[in-house]
Amino acid sequence: MEIDVEKQLEELKKKVGKLESGRKDKLTMVVFSGDMDKLLAAMIIATGATAMDMEVSLFFTFWATAALRDPKKKVKGKNLVSKMFGFMLPKGAKKVKLSKLHMAGMGKTMLENIMKKKNVASLDEMFKTAAELGVSINVCEMSMNLMGFKREELIDYPNLKICGVGTFLSDAEESKIQLFI
Amino acid sequence: MNAEELKNLKVSQTVDARGTACPGPLLAAKKAIGEIESGEIMEVLSSDEGTKHDIPKWCEKMEHEFLGIIEEDSFTRLFLKKA
Repeated sequence: MEIDVEKQLEELKKKVGKLESGRKDKLTMVVFSGDMDKLLAAMIIATGATAMDMEVSLFFTFWATAALRDPKKKVKGKNLVSKMFGFMLPKGAKKVKLSKLHMAGMGKTMLENIMKKKNVASLDEMFKTAAELGVSINVCEMSMNLMGFKREELIDYPNLKICGVGTFLSDAEESKIQLFI
Repeated sequence: MNAEELKNLKVSQTVDARGTACPGPLLAAKKAIGEIESGEIMEVLSSDEGTKHDIPKWCEKMEHEFLGIIEEDSFTRLFLKKA
């Protein structure tokens, strides 16, 4: 059997070219967890990536969306189920729980004290830093609908938009790094 | 470069990131490097252990030339030349 090396080489070149031109120096991350520790890890990676000159796009979905609520903002016109969800889920980055050793908030307070001592930025501060560094946040519309959250109750963040899975997929497709937290 | 050579470098910018935790030193370095010209030397001071590995990796990615480390008692001094 004869193998057409030149033809195969041509095809390979085309494929490599596609890969090279398709991937940007970009990080796209699904932020799914509403746990403080996991959110913190996500935000450290996101801000760190900007130091590496990467474009960063975060896709907040499910439990993570609760961390984007602004405790100072109140919205009207919610139905009973939405109100219940709103009441049971943490209202903002300061209220999220630890995934382990939370111990009704005792573990979290202890960790926060250690973080302060070691100069580790709080989640709240991380969001501010991320905003300054141009990290964009996309919030899953379906999650917002499920939990009954409204755009008006989210934090003031310069690059925040509500979108669907299509935005995530197109961002992920052109990114060198994709993560799910 | 050895410690003696590093000490004799003409440093254009010193970033004191001591006391900050990850990713503080990296963000501080990224901000400060914008203020110097290509070919100039920058020094990063950090008390965070991880920075010793992070800054060389950062240099590799950003194409700056990593020059070396001087270990002080409670912190490290990292030297690099801007690309």
